[in-house]
Amino acid sequence: MGNKVLHAIYNDDDVLMDAVKQTRAAHHHIEEIYTPFPVHGLDKAMGLAPTRIAICAFLYGLVGLAVATTMMNFIMIQDWPQDIGGKPSFSYIENMPAFVPIMFEMTVFFAAHLMVITFYMRSKLWPFKQAENPDVRTTDDHFLMEIGVHGNEEELISFFQSTGAVEVKIIEKH
Amino acid sequence: MYTFSSKLKTFSLVLMLLGLVGIGIGFMSAPKTIEEVETILSESHAHGHHDHAVAHADHADAKHSDAEHKEHLEHVLHQLQNKPWAAFYVACIFFLLLSVGVMAFYAIQYAAQAGWSPILFRVMEGITAYMLPGSIIFFIVLVLSAMHMNHLFVWMDADVVANDTLIQGKSGYLNVTFFLIRAAIFLGLWNFFRAKMRKNSIAQDSTTDLSFYKKNFKLAATFLVIFIITESIMSWDWIMSVDPHWYSTLFGWYVFASFFVSGITAIALITIYLKSKGYLENVNTSHIHDLAKFMFGISIFWTYLWFSQFMLIWYSNIPEEVTYYVTRIEQYNLPFFGMLAMNFIFPLLILINTDFKRLSWIIVMAGIVILFGHYIDFFNMIMPATVGDQWFIGMPEIGSILFFLGLFIFVVFTALTKAPLEPKNNPYMEESKHFHY
Repeated sequence: MGNKVLHAIYNDDDVLMDAVKQTRAAHHHIEEIYTPFPVHGLDKAMGLAPTRIAICAFLYGLVGLAVATTMMNFIMIQDWPQDIGGKPSFSYIENMPAFVPIMFEMTVFFAAHLMVITFYMRSKLWPFKQAENPDVRTTDDHFLMEIGVHGNEEELISFFQSTGAVEVKIIEKH
Repeated sequence: MYTFSSKLKTFSLVLMLLGLVGIGIGFMSAPKTIEEVETILSESHAHGHHDHAVAHADHADAKHSDAEHKEHLEHVLHQLQNKPWAAFYVACIFFLLLSVGVMAFYAIQYAAQAGWSPILFRVMEGITAYMLPGSIIFFIVLVLSAMHMNHLFVWMDADVVANDTLIQGKSGYLNVTFFLIRAAIFLGLWNFFRAKMRKNSIAQDSTTDLSFYKKNFKLAATFLVIFIITESIMSWDWIMSVDPHWYSTLFGWYVFASFFVSGITAIALITIYLKSKGYLENVNTSHIHDLAKFMFGISIFWTYLWFSQFMLIWYSNIPEEVTYYVTRIEQYNLPFFGMLAMNFIFPLLILINTDFKRLSWIIVMAGIVILFGHYIDFFNMIMPATVGDQWFIGMPEIGSILFFLGLFIFVVFTALTKAPLEPKNNPYMEESKHFHY
């Protein structure tokens, strides 16, 4: 037996928000929502868990700081402590002001880039990825809510028609 | 309408009284003659200041002339006599500039037509009310300095200038008359704009016509232009000129960042206090969150400027510039680096978290640390040039802080009772009430 889903299509984000609230109240499971632009508050209405990407970025920043410090301590202080223009290379702390710009930049570099890569990996985005667009109109001006079909199809269709959907259809998903 | 709770009023009066006692003790215990300094120094040696004792023994061995010894004593005498003055001066300028920082923030909110902040305008106006009494006391201190009641500004001493080519070269700018005229103009301008904007803001309450709002918008924009010029010059005059041999180009910005973040912190603390007492019902955690973001951001901006100034001078190590930091690192090591922990590392780690920025107790804790940190910042700017290695955070310093804190609380909360805490008819009020982040 194929896996059936229902596509409810809306043409206004306010209608969509109301529909999401009604759907949640009626305990239909929302599989996915496709929108052409970020709809403010949609994640809250859907009850999605908050993102933890900022925590990742903070940790990546710490890694960057550690890399910069270890690198410069090894190169400038441990490995070859030359006298370059009278700068004190006796210990890391003594020459630290000169290292701060690099420590800062490395922190930002690691935090930013690793966070972006994390985002790509978690959201499964890469250059030759097959687009997962169920309806081309959702990138332009339509909003699409995908709901798993269990039980009475007719009842489900009439429920979503009552939420203000401009189009409701049942799709066989492979 | 806010009513000044009698508890808080008593508290502020007690602070002022305790402060006055501390200040009084500071002035009384300052030595008056060289002989007193000699006994103070010998006493501190007897108490086991080993390094000093050794240094003195060396002096004796080298058979330094009596004249040189006398000169040293006179130097220490001036430093010790400066102590209560400098303590008073630091606290005075700190609270004055704090209210000026709030004024700058207030003007920025008007000029930027910010939608979130109008609900806090009365709190800001309350804090800027301190500007007038603060300016008067501060100006009196400047006049007393000009009358040679103290040695805060060496360039005011004719004998010093006579033997100092560097200061002579600057005397076209650094002379008492011009200095006082400048101070009067700056303080006058700031107070003028404050009074005008406050008046318009209250007048807007009773009319739906937006003319007062528009006037304030224009005043805010004009103030900001004037402010950035006067602020820069103010920082050279009132702070940098205690070290008349030293100069730094980004000093004005650095001073600005310091009191700007203190001002924003004061807004946050007073807002949280009023909110906890049941006033300001439309202020929500999103407003606090925004203020906390400003506290966080400007703390880092301050650090950026602190480091830029420090690192450029450290790196090139030009003798005439670097002495500034040499004295601070050698004689003020703990306050100098301690303030970095208080003003940068602590806010960085605690205010980076979005959830924390909505918790009152976190903001209060971070705010108190930031305010102390920036007091220490001003302390580090003034003290090394005025009292040198004789510094200590004792009676006169704590007394001065308490006195000005008491006065600040008294003036600010009195001003808060004078007008409804929520402005009416500001075109952004509705947005501000429903501000949600």
